[in-house]
Amino acid sequence: MNNPAPAASAPPPAPARRTIDIVNASLKRRYAREARFRFMGASAVFLGLLFVAVLFGDIVSKGYTAFAQTYIQVPVYFDPATLDPDGNRDPQTLANADYLGLVKASLRTLFPRVTGRPQQRELYALISAGAPQQIQTMVRQYPSVLGTTRDVWLIAGADVDMLVKGQIDRELPEADRRIKDSTLTLVDQLKTEGRIEQRFNTGFFTNGTSREPELAGIAGALAGTFYTLALTLLLSFPIGVGAALYLQEFAPKNRWTDLIEVNINNLAAVPSIVFGLLGLAVFINVFGVPRSTPLVGALVLALMTLPTIIIASRAALQSVPPSIREAALGVGASPLQTQFHHVLPLALPGIMTGAIIGMARALGESAPLLMIGMIAFIVDIPQGVTDSATVLPVQIYLWADSPERGFVERTSAAILVLLGFMVVMNLAAVLLRRRFERRW
Amino acid sequence: MHTWTLLVALLAAAALAYHVGRKRAIATAGGSGRINTLHSLPAYYGFYAAMWAAIPALLLLGLWLGVQDQVITTLVKASLPPQSVAELTPGALGLLMNDVKNVASGNIASGAVTPAIQTAADHYARLQHLARWTQWLLVLAISVAGMSFAWSQTRPTMRARNRVESVVLGVLILFSSIAVLTTLGIVLSVVFESWQFFQKIAPSEFFLGTLWSPQTAMRADQVAADGAFGAVPLFTGTLLVSFIAMMVAVPIGLMAAIYLSEYAPRKVRSVAKPLLEILAGIPTVVYGFFAALTLAPVIRDLGEQLGFAVASESALAAGLVMGIMIIPFVSSLSDDVINAVPQAMRDGSYALGATQSETIRRVVIPAALPGIVGGVLLAVSRAIGETMIVVMAAGLTANLTANPLASVTTVTVQIVTLLTGDQEFDSAKTLAAFALGLTLFLVTLTLNIIALHIVRKYREQYE
Repeated sequence: MNNPAPAASAPPPAPARRTIDIVNASLKRRYAREARFRFMGASAVFLGLLFVAVLFGDIVSKGYTAFAQTYIQVPVYFDPATLDPDGNRDPQTLANADYLGLVKASLRTLFPRVTGRPQQRELYALISAGAPQQIQTMVRQYPSVLGTTRDVWLIAGADVDMLVKGQIDRELPEADRRIKDSTLTLVDQLKTEGRIEQRFNTGFFTNGTSREPELAGIAGALAGTFYTLALTLLLSFPIGVGAALYLQEFAPKNRWTDLIEVNINNLAAVPSIVFGLLGLAVFINVFGVPRSTPLVGALVLALMTLPTIIIASRAALQSVPPSIREAALGVGASPLQTQFHHVLPLALPGIMTGAIIGMARALGESAPLLMIGMIAFIVDIPQGVTDSATVLPVQIYLWADSPERGFVERTSAAILVLLGFMVVMNLAAVLLRRRFERRW
Repeated sequence: MHTWTLLVALLAAAALAYHVGRKRAIATAGGSGRINTLHSLPAYYGFYAAMWAAIPALLLLGLWLGVQDQVITTLVKASLPPQSVAELTPGALGLLMNDVKNVASGNIASGAVTPAIQTAADHYARLQHLARWTQWLLVLAISVAGMSFAWSQTRPTMRARNRVESVVLGVLILFSSIAVLTTLGIVLSVVFESWQFFQKIAPSEFFLGTLWSPQTAMRADQVAADGAFGAVPLFTGTLLVSFIAMMVAVPIGLMAAIYLSEYAPRKVRSVAKPLLEILAGIPTVVYGFFAALTLAPVIRDLGEQLGFAVASESALAAGLVMGIMIIPFVSSLSDDVINAVPQAMRDGSYALGATQSETIRRVVIPAALPGIVGGVLLAVSRAIGETMIVVMAAGLTANLTANPLASVTTVTVQIVTLLTGDQEFDSAKTLAAFALGLTLFLVTLTLNIIALHIVRKYREQYE
């Protein structure tokens, strides 16, 4: 740069040195700087994209294995003497029979050479604690299996599952490993006999949560998320659109509407955890809304998404040209008829886009829900908005805290499901915008 | 469950009222051939009737649900034998009432069921049954009354549309006030609870104390610390994590915004910008998981190899991941302000012989600086209020330190830990969470107001 100030104050140099020489002398340095600056910008973008890739790569690589579940084939003799001593197939007796004993006996028959209590305990750990339940369901559905011996594929225990998926290192010394050498030989024997198989993990999508990783599923969290989000949408969409309609189209310019406007902008930036405090202090402690339920969760999330929906709806209403309103008013429509019959339908795609984005944010939100007790350990799948429930992000938080190795893959898989929903919602918003966007 | 059924019944009543009102309007006009004598379209008479059928009944139902429980509880309390209640403290009376309710709904009571409790429970159940039926009867009666009022009002000269529209407008105004009510609710709830907290703990101790250990005794006979509520370590911890996050997010976000808006070819921009914005859409719990299970072990191993002692829940891991989360926030805000700088200013600089990077550094950035500062302030407020990442990746112990490798705790982490868990609601421990919430709310609010003000003022300059 040819800045005149230093040139003026500098002592008079040799007269031959012209400005162009100064420029030429510094040109190489300046170009190098230009290249460096440009490189820095490109690497910042690259770094950002790298973070996206690493994040997704990490979660996919940790989580994809959870969609498969290891099963072990065990010949089970459905002993009528233990299951149905009276022989009358009474459902009550069948429900309360000793299925755990049956599973243990079957394992002992499969490995007759394993003796001694500690060894047998290891043997039983091959199979999940959910296996007796599995057998019970089978017997109650088909009582004809009683008295026969059948090969049953039972859910493997979490450690075996991890071993088969290669997430437990066989090379480690025995003391550092979760699985002992003796179990290793048992598993290897089962493998050579073809009694170990990996199948698609349907339980992950149909079970509620559990203390055992191999039995834990996201069905409860999904149901909770569904109820919470449905109610959130039901509350925040009409209120948000109504508020936007009033503020954009009807509100007089005065102090009150200014206050509302400043308020909405600030509410959009209030930390979500503060909404949780509001929910706890106002909805639960003052109004007595039941804790841990989708109802109170939806109230909090609705207040949280309201600013997003209002701001998006106002932008959409603003983009409808005034000529539409004038034409409607000109043929005798009342102001409300103008809005509801003409402006609102035209603004609807934009409003829907905003609503979907707001819902996507509500879907991923967990901090305020921690405050209002949606972190209880709930095995049952909720049946309505007043049942205790949890939601998918909170379920992820809870599983991430569990020390078992098996929960890491479950957590990652749950994250994949959550991200899947996010992608679908955002794609829907983008498509909606592309499909219906109108330039006036 | 009953309430839902009643709501559905009310909805059905409103639908019926719409139909009847519309028919009635056409009939009073003298048949469908003469509806031009009506003031409004027949549908408006229908809406008018539906409103009268639904709105008063809904208001009554809301009021009823609000007071029913209290009224019944009071009645049952009054019916308890006076000599058994006289010496009870309010707390013990509450427990007794809980037992009564549990027995009435068939649950297990906490103690032995005395005949007095059994009688009270029967009384309670009877009253509830009675209340349920009265509620149905009254609500439906009001609905029918409203319907018949609308029926009697329906005349061709009645301005049905205007009446309906004024109600709709009123509803719209109500909706737009909800935002203000929310803010009011937030302020009132945190201020009220904080005020109670500051009755127990002096504000000076809270804002200036350096020891934070909120474990207080829940029962009088429990052995526990007295609880120290000096929040300075939490504030420094929050600042440390936010500072690390900003050290990541500001350079990367700003440089990415500059590159994408000034250098990148259109194609690169149209691909890279949405990809970067994916980072903003990822739920924070996912970042928390990444920080706690992937990044924290990596940092710890790296630190050990270099000979540093790294806490397994270091501020660095949480801060770095938080920074990644904020990158798109900074970059899209900066992108907006950089694009708002008029092209003429760039052209003027080029004309003087400046290179592109010199133009950006000496013309574009200074011109966009207020907007960028505003964006960064918004990002800071976001970082301070961020919860899940720090809950999952930062520690719980309040250390007063500036060492990014040590474990620190933050305001949001403490709010979550103080409020998740069973405790009585008015203990200093729970109230402390609200005091922290108030601080958080005020700080983020101030940052937002300043930032929004700067951004708006700057935008006006070039418009």
